[in-house]
Amino acid sequence: MAPAVSAAFLSSLVEAVEALTIVLSVATVRGWRPAGLGALAGLATLALIVLVLGPLLDRVPLHALQLVIGVLLLLFGMRWLRKAILRAAGVIPLHDEALAFATGTAALREQAHHGTRLDWLAGLAAYKAMLLEGLEVVFVVIAVGAGRGLLVPASIGALAACALVAAVGFAVHRPLARVPENTLKFTVGVMLSAFGVFWTGEGLGVPWLGEDLAILGFAALFLIVAVAAVRLVRSPAVQAIS
Amino acid sequence: MKTLINIFRELAGLFIDDGLLALAISVVVVFAALVAAIAPAVPIAAGSVLLVGCLGVLFSNVIRAGKR
Repeated sequence: MAPAVSAAFLSSLVEAVEALTIVLSVATVRGWRPAGLGALAGLATLALIVLVLGPLLDRVPLHALQLVIGVLLLLFGMRWLRKAILRAAGVIPLHDEALAFATGTAALREQAHHGTRLDWLAGLAAYKAMLLEGLEVVFVVIAVGAGRGLLVPASIGALAACALVAAVGFAVHRPLARVPENTLKFTVGVMLSAFGVFWTGEGLGVPWLGEDLAILGFAALFLIVAVAAVRLVRSPAVQAIS
Repeated sequence: MKTLINIFRELAGLFIDDGLLALAISVVVVFAALVAAIAPAVPIAAGSVLLVGCLGVLFSNVIRAGKR
């Protein structure tokens, strides 16, 4: 249960920080009304999606569900891990919440000079941020929790992360730039990729040695490969080739 | 409509960032499924293909991106 809850908590932490940055940008430029309404509308849409699609999960055959979720987890987790490796190696810049906040507010102020529908646009930005980042959270919760009866613990982990970020963010009224986002993405990328291999294998009928414990072994292997890749990409030999 | 298309694009972007990585993962999964179908008596073979394939795809993709 612990890997599922930690994966849901850590990935939700990252997504919640990103959503908070955009909602704070909107609130800073246009006030809390459009930011709050947009964010609430995003949450309502998310709740609707979960209520409509949630019960359908029980109707999907287990192996098919495991295979589909496993493949999506591989695509999602390895995408995160690849980006985290390249950021750790210095190939692409680190994600900077303070910069994202500055860019977001600047874009909203720029729009203010060109039109009068700013409240609507600002609310839409908050709505989109909440919906898209929230969908990632919902996906991770379903992916790590479905098929093993861990939906409730995984949801609690995700909700705890969102509540934590919301509480800290609204208390400091600033984007949470000190969260070690790349380290979190690295960790979550490793965990989600390991879950992805496990579920895809289960969907294909592979009886993994050690059953659920195999996930920890896969995570260790992904971690070793990721750390080796960071060191190799950072090394002068590779830089000389490029 | 434009907003919906943008949201759909961003949704697809959740899973596909680097097209080659997504394609390579899909190839590994299809290959593992073929091995599972061809050799049902040795299901661990499909698991090995899946695990080693994913690790290999990640490593080679990152090294290639680092050289670019």
